[in-house]
Amino acid sequence: MKISEFTPAAWSRALRGGDGVVVRIGPFVVRMQTAVSDLARLLHEMWGHYPLCPEEPLRDCHLRVDWNGWYRPWFRPSSIFRVDGRAPFGPFPARHHLPMLEWGLNFCIAQRSHHLLLLHSAVLERNGNALLLPAWPGHGKSTLCAALAHSGWRLFSDEFGLVDAERGQLLPFPRLIPLKNTSIEVIRDFAPKAHLGPTFLGTRKGNVAHVRPPEESVTRMSEPARARWLVFPRWVADAPLQLEPMVKPEAFLMVATNAFNYEVVGQQAFELVGRMVNGSDCYRLVYSDLAEAIAALDALAGGARV
Amino acid sequence: MLAALREPARLGDLRAADWNLLLRVARHARLLGRLAEDVADAGLWSTVPERAARQLQSARTLVAHRQIRLTWEVDRVLWVLQDLDVPVIVLKGVAYMLAGLPAARGRLASDVDLMVPESDLAAVESQLLERGWIRGAIEYYDDRYYRRWMHEIPPLRHAERDTEIDVHHRILPRTSRFHFDPALLIARISRVPGGRAYRLAAEDMVLHALVHLLLEADPQEGLRFRDLVDVADLLRQFGKDPAFWDRLLVRAEQLGLGRLLYYGLRYTAALLGTQVPAAALQGVASQGPVLPLRWLMDRLIPLALLPEHPDHPRRRAAFSRLLLYMRAHWLRMPPILLFQHLGSKALRRIGVRSLSRPPIAVEERFQRR
Repeated sequence: MKISEFTPAAWSRALRGGDGVVVRIGPFVVRMQTAVSDLARLLHEMWGHYPLCPEEPLRDCHLRVDWNGWYRPWFRPSSIFRVDGRAPFGPFPARHHLPMLEWGLNFCIAQRSHHLLLLHSAVLERNGNALLLPAWPGHGKSTLCAALAHSGWRLFSDEFGLVDAERGQLLPFPRLIPLKNTSIEVIRDFAPKAHLGPTFLGTRKGNVAHVRPPEESVTRMSEPARARWLVFPRWVADAPLQLEPMVKPEAFLMVATNAFNYEVVGQQAFELVGRMVNGSDCYRLVYSDLAEAIAALDALAGGARV
Repeated sequence: MLAALREPARLGDLRAADWNLLLRVARHARLLGRLAEDVADAGLWSTVPERAARQLQSARTLVAHRQIRLTWEVDRVLWVLQDLDVPVIVLKGVAYMLAGLPAARGRLASDVDLMVPESDLAAVESQLLERGWIRGAIEYYDDRYYRRWMHEIPPLRHAERDTEIDVHHRILPRTSRFHFDPALLIARISRVPGGRAYRLAAEDMVLHALVHLLLEADPQEGLRFRDLVDVADLLRQFGKDPAFWDRLLVRAEQLGLGRLLYYGLRYTAALLGTQVPAAALQGVASQGPVLPLRWLMDRLIPLALLPEHPDHPRRRAAFSRLLLYMRAHWLRMPPILLFQHLGSKALRRIGVRSLSRPPIAVEERFQRR
């Protein structure tokens, strides 16, 4: 059963109940509880495509968002995020519930998923081949990822390249894509079909609005893929499009140094990244126009089909 | 959790829902890595549900990484201090690792604990500071508090690495009710096999683990269950030598830690099923508290010590943790100092700092850098 098949009232009740709800997001099973009704309403909309799996007794994390005190719904509203009963960060303004929940889930996955190699990269797929877009904050990774996810590429993740250490495959982890500041309007214009949530003003990363993962990315989230292209994007105002091949040692270093748990996974991580870089075409992409960038990436994918 | 630690061989009987709870409890207690090693040693990987196995695998990877990182940090410290001719004693987790003790199995340690003789402390600190280690940002009051009263100096960290090192000169605060001369410990250190570092004698290792368990309470966690597991592991290993128990009793008396040993033997035996010879239990019985106090501790300690159900925390347990935390502070320093310390902390909380910082503080801090 999908979340959107609940009535909003039944959904809020389930989230508030003692057992909460058990949701499957990519390879993870997450138990979620909240009594914050605004957040519940928003999750009904933004998490709508995710399937519930109440029959799964083993959960990877148990999340809650609570009011930070009984009087907090009325007086200086603030909330707190808890994972397995502990609060990894302090209380936050209640109106930032969704961004904080999404960051909290990221934090939780990054902390306890060392059975996977966690690359810091957007990942998309076409014809069974994965495109990785590893980038540093501010380089336009999420924007490009959201645009591609609405231009015929299947969204895996805008943040986590999950690598299954045994099979060396990338696992889909379709999450909300947080767009920051001016990117919000850029995507509204570029992809009118993208489903954007409300804009949260003044979060710790500026103004944030989330793109809901397209339905197909969620229904097909148990179909992994192999890395085929490594493209390091960088948005530069008014720059002409450049898509230049990159030497592999450099690509290796950039992927390894930008991963979340490269050092923890150790030798296995070294080997996985090595195999991934060897098996992929590596490019550096500089762009200012989304349509041009996507056409160039489509051309890469078209070439590969032959 | 207790059953899992006592009889790992029965982990194979668990249902998926039991695993869900066990994993959460073990994660809270920071014993997930240990649980993973128990599963591996019992040859039970194939019986563990896949989703649970992944979490255990993740914990194992993290423990292995931390152990490598801490071992490397110790290696670097020893290298920097090699021309000082100071015995560097490794304590706790790092000691278990370097001494090859089973207590290191799956143990998630986060920092390096070292001890050096107090007379060499200044030389060691300045050598480390000269060779790339830095102090964290610390308030003047806290720095002074550490140096005047505590058993370690404020933590250091190498500029290029992430591992904290705590340099001790004794295992208990100077102000503790149980304080004793650390030279007694240093007199009986030995080298770890194949290395330059030193370790405490077996009995002293057990007593140090007990000090940690019973005198370093934490308001949230209460007594740390994993500290009890350390004690049990050490007793199980060293206790294979029947002569060990007598030595342990004598040593505890000599260092004035008989009461701690009494609690330690009592609760490892009661909760973790550690085999303690009857003679040893009898030997420490005279160190026990009077009956009403014993009755009280028998109730408080297990409540504060045992991990709770993450969804159903109990008020009674929280209260026990608070009481034992207060007890630990009570034993840590004499009342006058405790009130001074609490008063100063309280003033700082409401923003008053000048009382705890004499006017020369700024220059002094500057020179120390």
